[in-house]
Amino acid sequence: MTKKFVTSPQIDVTKGLELGIYTLGDHMPNPHTQQLISPQQRLNEIKEMAVLAEQAGLDIFALGESHQEHFISQAHSIILANIAAATHRIKLSSSATMLSTSDPVRVFEDFSTLDLLSGGRIELVAGRASRVGLFDLLGYDLADYDALFEEKFDLLLKINQEETINWHGQFRKPLSEAHILPRPQKEHLPIWRAVGGTSTSAINAGRAGVPLYLAHLGGPASSFKPTLDYYRQAGEQVGFKQEELLVATGGFFYASENSQDAFKEYYPHVNQGLTLANGQGFPKPAFAHGKEKESIINVGSPQQIIEKILYQHEVFNNQRYIAQLDFGGVPFDKIMKNIEILGEKIVPAIKKYTKKEVTP
Amino acid sequence: MKIVLLSGSTVGTKTQTAMTYLYNHLKLTASEHDLTLLDLKDYELPFSDGRNYLDYQGDAGLVTSELMSADVILIGSPTFQASIPATLKNIFDLLPQNALERKIVGLVMTAGSPKHFLVAETQLKPIIHYMKGLLVSNYVFIEDIDFYQQKITNDDVTRRLNKLVEDSLVLAKSYQRAWQEQEDSYGF
Repeated sequence: MTKKFVTSPQIDVTKGLELGIYTLGDHMPNPHTQQLISPQQRLNEIKEMAVLAEQAGLDIFALGESHQEHFISQAHSIILANIAAATHRIKLSSSATMLSTSDPVRVFEDFSTLDLLSGGRIELVAGRASRVGLFDLLGYDLADYDALFEEKFDLLLKINQEETINWHGQFRKPLSEAHILPRPQKEHLPIWRAVGGTSTSAINAGRAGVPLYLAHLGGPASSFKPTLDYYRQAGEQVGFKQEELLVATGGFFYASENSQDAFKEYYPHVNQGLTLANGQGFPKPAFAHGKEKESIINVGSPQQIIEKILYQHEVFNNQRYIAQLDFGGVPFDKIMKNIEILGEKIVPAIKKYTKKEVTP
Repeated sequence: MKIVLLSGSTVGTKTQTAMTYLYNHLKLTASEHDLTLLDLKDYELPFSDGRNYLDYQGDAGLVTSELMSADVILIGSPTFQASIPATLKNIFDLLPQNALERKIVGLVMTAGSPKHFLVAETQLKPIIHYMKGLLVSNYVFIEDIDFYQQKITNDDVTRRLNKLVEDSLVLAKSYQRAWQEQEDSYGF
């Protein structure tokens, strides 16, 4: 079988696991106080999160796109442009861009422009949407849920590797000798595929040799390993090397000096956040499993979280971990505190233990 | 507590009669609870297409939200072709996989013949278990001959229906106390 183009970012493994934070752009009241900040303030705070993440020495800041109630990130590429202007070094990414309901040409134009504006710091994570209200909102048929994504994702990858393209498909008019501009600063944009846990989606990512973003809510880390095994096996079968098949993982994160305080403070946010976003909260007994080292929920004291991220790195052999520390109306002082703990305690320890020696 | 009664048939009267009896009985004996009777005859529901229940509009959004917010669900099902009706199965399909977690579920089956006595056992209970519902172990099986002109005429049936209510509430209260203790034990 022929190996295809690799669309992975450059990750320097000699520096250790890449670490970052992400937000879905939710706009929810703080469950401890019932206070809801204004949309404008939330957007500013999202930008400030990115600025603080950069100052704390994190590698990446990512922002999701969502079109449902209780979210502010409908125009995520515009928010990312604002963040690009306020930062200088940190990589920026979507997490994820809802590609099924967007035109890949337009998405590429936006992200390529963002890449030029940010000095080559942009990455794109393409997703299919877990909630599907946006299909009605943006004029798509939910019956095409899978086919829409696969076709649009193929087209996006093609645009990423060829400046002038000929293409035809089912869901938009053909492109004939279409010159897609602007081109990103480097040869191509790093484009990832968001995978929520289904094996088929992971296999499709592997077959295309596309780096994989694995989102997780709860449960033991080992339960997500089979998804990554499918991804790597599928990639190898079509000729990709293991080191080309990059994996990023992301999920709940909340640190406090004292583990119990972290659970006390964050659980109401997660429970309320999921209730508003998905219609079902996070059962407390399931969240309490987060105290175990094997759990994917990175909540606790800095030392506990360091041990967990290292354990997850051992299980997943991932190249990047991104933390969701603002979900469900976390007030900004706690967001700041968490970024500070990440920068001062967690990042140095994780980097120290995960950097790989390169043999000459 | 929020108690939702679901009459799972769009045709016939037996299931509707049994569920209306239960609703009226609850109004008399347990009026402190939030009571809702959902009769599928009253709603236009699409077949499930797998979306999150919050993404349904209209009747589907209403019916699913009522069920999702219930503490106790009493389900009435007729027997069609030796099984539950498609209308009721569709309700389960419209809901998330673990929709019945921490919900007490009581069952009432109506049928034209005693030969269908095990339909709840073999076909309805596995679905409730899969969706993490907590079943009241005894269900009420009501035959054609127990009804006359949309009334239940068998005193033993009404006794069993009353007991279903009683057992459901005892179970719900006990579980809620136990869950509270469990949650308190985590210290967060």
